[in-house]
Amino acid sequence: MQSRLPILVFAALMAAIPFVPGVPPFWIVLLDNIGLAALVAMGLVLLTGVGGLTSFGQAAFVGFGAYTTAVLTTTYGLSPWLTLPLSLVVSGVFAVLLGLITVRLSGHYLPLGTLAWGLGLFYLFSKLEFLGRNDGISAIPPLSIGAFRMLSPGSIYYAIWAAVLISALLTMNLLDSRTGRAIRALRRGHVAAEAFGVHTPRAKLLVFIHAAVLAGLSGWLYAHLQRAVTPTPFGAHAGIEYLFIAVVGGAGYVWGGVLGAAIVVILKEVLQSYLPLILPGSGQVETIVFGIMLVALLQLAPGGVWPWLMSFFPERTRGRKPDTSLKLETRSHSPGQGSVLLQVEKARKQFGGVVAVNNVSFDVQAREIVALIGPNGAGKSTTFNLITGVLSATSGSISVLGKKVDRAPPQEIVKLGISRTFQHVKLVPDMTVLENVAIGAHLRGQSGPLASMLRLDRVDEAKLLAEAARQIERVGLAEQMHQLAGSLSLGQQRIVEIARALCVDPMLLLLDEPAAGLRHMEKRQLAKLLRDLRDGGMSVLLVEHDMGFVMNLADRIVVLDFGTKIAEGTPATIKTNPEVIKAYLGVAA
Amino acid sequence: MNTTIMLFLLQDGITNGAIYALLGLALVLVFAVTRVILIPQGEFVTYGALTYASLASGQMPGTAKLALAMGIGACAFDLFVARKTLHSRLILRSILANIVLPAIVLALTIYFAAQKPPVAVCIALSLVIVAMIGLYLYRIAFQPLAHTSVLVLLIASVGVHLALQGLGLLFFGAEGQRGPAVLSGAFTAGSLRFTGQSLTVYGITIAFIVGLWLFFGLTLYGKALRATAVNRLGARLAGIRTTLSGQIAFLLASVIGALSGIMIVPITTLYYDSGFLIGLKGFVAAIIGGLVSYPLTAGAAVFVGIVEAFSSFYASNYKEVIVFMLLIPVLLLRSLAAPAVEEEKD
Repeated sequence: MQSRLPILVFAALMAAIPFVPGVPPFWIVLLDNIGLAALVAMGLVLLTGVGGLTSFGQAAFVGFGAYTTAVLTTTYGLSPWLTLPLSLVVSGVFAVLLGLITVRLSGHYLPLGTLAWGLGLFYLFSKLEFLGRNDGISAIPPLSIGAFRMLSPGSIYYAIWAAVLISALLTMNLLDSRTGRAIRALRRGHVAAEAFGVHTPRAKLLVFIHAAVLAGLSGWLYAHLQRAVTPTPFGAHAGIEYLFIAVVGGAGYVWGGVLGAAIVVILKEVLQSYLPLILPGSGQVETIVFGIMLVALLQLAPGGVWPWLMSFFPERTRGRKPDTSLKLETRSHSPGQGSVLLQVEKARKQFGGVVAVNNVSFDVQAREIVALIGPNGAGKSTTFNLITGVLSATSGSISVLGKKVDRAPPQEIVKLGISRTFQHVKLVPDMTVLENVAIGAHLRGQSGPLASMLRLDRVDEAKLLAEAARQIERVGLAEQMHQLAGSLSLGQQRIVEIARALCVDPMLLLLDEPAAGLRHMEKRQLAKLLRDLRDGGMSVLLVEHDMGFVMNLADRIVVLDFGTKIAEGTPATIKTNPEVIKAYLGVAA
Repeated sequence: MNTTIMLFLLQDGITNGAIYALLGLALVLVFAVTRVILIPQGEFVTYGALTYASLASGQMPGTAKLALAMGIGACAFDLFVARKTLHSRLILRSILANIVLPAIVLALTIYFAAQKPPVAVCIALSLVIVAMIGLYLYRIAFQPLAHTSVLVLLIASVGVHLALQGLGLLFFGAEGQRGPAVLSGAFTAGSLRFTGQSLTVYGITIAFIVGLWLFFGLTLYGKALRATAVNRLGARLAGIRTTLSGQIAFLLASVIGALSGIMIVPITTLYYDSGFLIGLKGFVAAIIGGLVSYPLTAGAAVFVGIVEAFSSFYASNYKEVIVFMLLIPVLLLRSLAAPAVEEEKD
C-alpha cells in the first residue's frame, strides 16, 4: 500500500545520473558496486531484519552465482543470458540444502552456523580445480544485447540498477502480502504464527531462498562486471560486511539495504582515497578508522540510518479501510446444538517430576460458553496448550468432533476450527492492527510467494483484509485499525487477539484471560460480544480470573486446582461448592 | 599410517585443541554474560603473542600505547555519562583506573623493552597490557550498546575486530614473529617427545578450566556473572551491577586470549591477522558445545584440534574446509534433537 511515486522518482534519478555532464566515470563504478552490495543487503533485510535469521554466509551465495556463470560461459561457452536463470537456480538449490540444515537452528546457533559454512565454502572455492583455485576464472564474456556489449562500468550500470529496483519492488510486494505477514511474524517467535496455520520452518526456508537468489543475482552481475572471479570477494569478511551493510542501513527496511550499501561503499572509498593524504605512510589506517566509525555509527543509531532519516518526515496516515463487502468462504457445516465439539479425556502433562495437568476430563458442546477457572498455577494455560497442539499430552486423549487429535501440530488444530488467544499477548508490535488480525485468516487465503511478488494476489488479499477489517469492527476497534499493534494498551491488544482468532472462522474459540487489563465498560462489551458469538453458533472456552465476569457469562464452569479437576457445573453450583471455596480461600474460610 | 605418525598427530592436535578450548571457553563466557559474540577474541590472541614476542626481542610494543589511548577514551566515556552527577571520588577513581594505571604500565614497558627482559617479565607485561585493552574495549565499544540486540552487538564486534586487526598491522608489521619458549627443555616417553612448551599448554588449560569452574561455582562474583547471564534485568533488580559483570567477562576473555597467544607463539609463527582463524576455531568448539557448556566446549575443542591435525596431514589443501564443515553434521544433530522452543526476541 506504499506510494509508488518516490520509487519512480528514485528510478528516474538513477537513470539520469550517467547523463549529467561532469560526473566522473569513477562515480559510476562506485554506483555499480553500491548496486551489487544493495542486492545482497536487500536479501539480508528480509532474512535478518524482518525474519530474524542472521546470516554471515551470504557472500557464499554471491560466489555460487558468480562461479556458475563464470564456469558455464568460459568452459561451456553458454550465453550470459542463459546462465542468469542457472546462476539463480544454483544459488537457490544450495540455499535449500543449507537452509534445511540451518534455519531450524535457534538463536545464536544460526549466525554462527552460517559463518561456519560460509568459511567452509570460501575455502572450497579456492581449492577446487575446475573453479581455478586461488586464481579464479578470467576472460568471462560481457553481457550483450545484440551488438551492444556492456563492456564499460557505465553500460552495465543500467543492468545492475534495473536489477536493484525490480528486486526492491518484488521484495516489498512480498512483504505486503499473506506470505509477507507470515514472514514478519517469524521474528516474534513461532507459537502465535503456528496457531494460525503458518508453517514456520517453510516460511524461514522461503526467506532464506529469497535472500540467496538475490545474492546469486548480485554474483552473476559481478562476474560480468569484473569479467573475472576470484575467491576473495566471497570470503568470511565479505559475508560479515554484507551483514553490517544491512544493519547500518536499517535491517528492517528494504531501502535501508540500499542506503546501507551506499554508506558503506562510499565510506570505504573515501577512507581509502583520502586517509593516506592525512596520515601518510601507514598501512591499514582505513580499516581502523572504518571499524571505529562503524561502532560509533551503531552507538548513535542502533536501529540503522534509514529509520533515523525517516523519522524526520512526518508520518502519513497510511492505509485505506478495506472494502468489507468482499467475503471469504465460511465454514461449510456448523455442528448442531448439543453435539460435543471438544472432548478432553484424562489429559495429563508432566514436566519432569511436575504434574501440570493431572488426568483432567471435560468437554465443550456446541453453542456454549465454558469457563476454566482455578488459582494461579492450576494448569489452565497448559490445558490450553495441550488442546491447541503447542504441547503434546503425556497421556490421555483429546478429540475434536469425535476425532482424536493427540499428536496434531497447532497448524492442524486450527484447520479443525479451533482458534485461540494467548495469556501473554503475542502480536507483532511493528505491524498494524489490520495486518496482525489478517494473520488469523492465513489459512483462508491461497496466494503463494510468487503470486505475491508479482501482485497476482490482489483479489485474494483484498478478501483477507476485508475479513480482518470486519472482525476488527466486530470487536469495536475500527478506530485503531491502522495503528501499530504495539502502540495499543494491553487490554486493547487482548481484544486484537480475539479479532485475530475470529478471523479463523472458528467453531470453538479459546480465550486465555481475555478480560485482564480491561476496564469495566470494556468487560461488559466483551461479555456481550461473547454472548453474541455463542448465539451465532460458536462455542467459547475461556480461562479467566475475574469471577464476576465468569459467573455472569459462562454456561458451565470447570475448576482446576494443582492440575486436577475439583469441580464442574453451572455457575450457581460452583459458587457454593465447598471444594472450590477451599481452593480459593483456604481451609480456614 | 604408522603408530608414530598417529601419536605425533594426536599430540599436535591435543596441543592445538587445548588452545581452542581456552578460546572457546572465553567466547562462551563473554556471550553468556554480555550477549556479545566476541569476534575480536582472535585479536587478543595476536596482541598477547606479538607483544610478548616484541618485548622478548627487545622491541617496544605499540599495544602499551594503545592501552593508554583506550584508557583515556574509557575515562572520557565515564565522565561524559556521569556528567550530571560528577563528584571528586568518581573522577579520581576513573582517572586512576583508566589513565594512571596504563601510564604506569607504559612507563614500565618502555623501561624493560630497552633491556631485553626475562621471560617472566615479558609474560606479565603482555598479560597486563592486553587485559587493560579488553577492559577498556568493553567500556568504549560495548557498554553503550548493552541494551541493543545481539545482531547490533555482533556488528559492533566486527567493527572492533577490523579496527584492532588494522592496529595490529600498524604495531607489529606484516612479518610474522616467534617468541621464546615459556618453558624450555623436553623429554621423551617411548617414541613421543614432550616439549616443556606443550606441557605448559596442557597445564595452563587445565588450570584455567578448573579455575573458571571454581570461580563460577564458589565465588560471589562468579555467581553474579551467572545471574547476569541468565537474566540481566533480574540480576540488576537483585543489586548486581551488570556493567561490572561485563567488565569481568571481558577482562577474563582478554587474559585468556593473551595467554593462549603467549603459549602458541613459541610453537608457530604468528602474524597480525592470524588471530581471526584461531579464534574462529575456538568458535567451532564453542558452537559444538552449544555456547553454554564449558566441559563440552573443552572436549569439542580437543576434537577440533585433532581433526585439524589429521586433515592437515592427509588433505592439507582441505584442512580449513574440513574443520569448518565439521559444524554441519553437529548443527544437523542439534536441530534434529532440539525441540521447538519458544523464544521472544526484541
